Amino acid sequence: MNHHAVKAIYHFEMARTFRTLMQSLASPILSTSLYFIVFGGAIGSRMMDIDGVSYAAYIVPGLILITVLTESTSNASLGIYMPKFTGTIYEVLSAPITPFEIILGYVGAAATKSVLLGLLILVSARLFVDFSVLYPLWMLLFLVVISVTFSLFGFILGLWADSFERLGIIPTMVITPLVFLGGSFYSISMLPPLWQTITMFNPVVYLVNGFRWSFYGVADVHVGFSLAMITLFLVTCFSIAWWMLRTGYKIKS
Amino acid sequence: MSSYILEISNLSKAYPSGHKALKDVSLQVERGKILALLGPNGAGKTTLISIVCGLVKPGPGSIQVDGLDVIRDYREVRKKIGLVPQELSVSMFETVWDTVTLSRGMFGKPADPVYLESLLRDLSLWDKRKSKIMTLSGGMKRRVLIAKALSHQPEILFLDEPTAGVDVELRRDMWGLIRRLRDNGVTIILTTHYIEEAEEMADRIGVINKGELILVEEKETLMTRLGSKNLTLELAEPMQQVPEALAPYNLTLSKGGAQLVYTYDSHAGHEISGLLKALQEQGIDYRDLHTRQSSLEDIFVDLVAEGI
Repeated sequence: MNHHAVKAIYHFEMARTFRTLMQSLASPILSTSLYFIVFGGAIGSRMMDIDGVSYAAYIVPGLILITVLTESTSNASLGIYMPKFTGTIYEVLSAPITPFEIILGYVGAAATKSVLLGLLILVSARLFVDFSVLYPLWMLLFLVVISVTFSLFGFILGLWADSFERLGIIPTMVITPLVFLGGSFYSISMLPPLWQTITMFNPVVYLVNGFRWSFYGVADVHVGFSLAMITLFLVTCFSIAWWMLRTGYKIKS
Repeated sequence: MSSYILEISNLSKAYPSGHKALKDVSLQVERGKILALLGPNGAGKTTLISIVCGLVKPGPGSIQVDGLDVIRDYREVRKKIGLVPQELSVSMFETVWDTVTLSRGMFGKPADPVYLESLLRDLSLWDKRKSKIMTLSGGMKRRVLIAKALSHQPEILFLDEPTAGVDVELRRDMWGLIRRLRDNGVTIILTTHYIEEAEEMADRIGVINKGELILVEEKETLMTRLGSKNLTLELAEPMQQVPEALAPYNLTLSKGGAQLVYTYDSHAGHEISGLLKALQEQGIDYRDLHTRQSSLEDIFVDLVAEGI
């Protein structure tokens, strides 16, 4: 293991995060706070409890995930797309490192940022909404695994994209709809039966439900099944990213 | 330990577009020497370097660095190699110090601020270590690339067109730096299409054209073997044709018969006195004479023209 390389890439990427701290952390926290005020405070007070949980508290896990998913994707994709764009990827390609080490450095840094962001939103949500976390360790596990999975997804996107337009389109056109339609703001049982079935093909459903279960012990999907699905996405994304680096897909002619 | 630090055998490369960038290239590079790969644009110089460094997938053939295979033993091989790319590819928002630290780590070396300080001082970058790269001039950015390539103390340094777009002063500086590295035992392989650079710097010269390595020779041998000299005589009276008696010298007339040109091998100079004597015997008078040694450029142009 070339741990010096993993450390070097990780530090370099984390430094990028801290250099753009306002953009990296403050703006997602601000926009999430606005959601809490509008959906949690203003609209939520007129809504019924879901599964015995107040609506404002019910949407907390989903709101955290919206930011974690989009930030993981865009941060990890930019982390590897920029070296491609500026040409500095030559150094990664010529260095004595394995695909696994490259992934560990880049995705590790992106996932760290997402976990920090998720925790910060969790703390700031507490300012607006009264809630508690039933299984904190499970909550942390879900947060870490989801952050890693979507950072891997972003990494794949960054390797694949050959323009800024393509880089931006996936988070907006794919991630955001999946998250909104994945039960972030509602229970799946509130949908008509046909839509309930269709929704089960949306991977985000399993993430939101697993994560929400760690907060309140309630979920539309069994937590074991959620965890199995998340692990499946993780392994799939890792395999694709590894294969892309191994074969030099779009980075080596 | 093999005396060759780099051995390339029968390497070919065709890009997916069908373009054959390298055709059956074999090359051996001795340790501690400067090899200049000379060739016109698009000849395959960058492809050759990029394959050795891992940026481009190799085609058929084999490449060994210090006796190790570049594919099978890539970890060991790449630790020994530093690469300065042709493009000014640097992360604009980073500081000089951060980017050099990243490079050293990426190549598997533990942090060594003392070495990095001496490296940056040597490249006149120490004062700029806290500057963002975007604030540096083009020449400075190229130095940053060199510092990155040397950050892990490689045994071989590849420089792809190191002085392209660099002003004369910096070019001299860079040549000096490359010589110092060679004196410290680093093997240097540089590509260039500036003949002057190869002539000035290299111990050995390889000429590539259209993906083929036409020749690799010691610079001096190349110059002597292929170099020829011209003796030009400014005639007092122009002549229509070369007299029969001077035929063995293969003389040519130029400037409408005002100049008589004798082309000879540089180590066969003793025939000049014979020629001058013969001219006297023929009563041919001349006002002036001068000789000119062909430069590497002439040799190169000849070689590339032959290859077409």
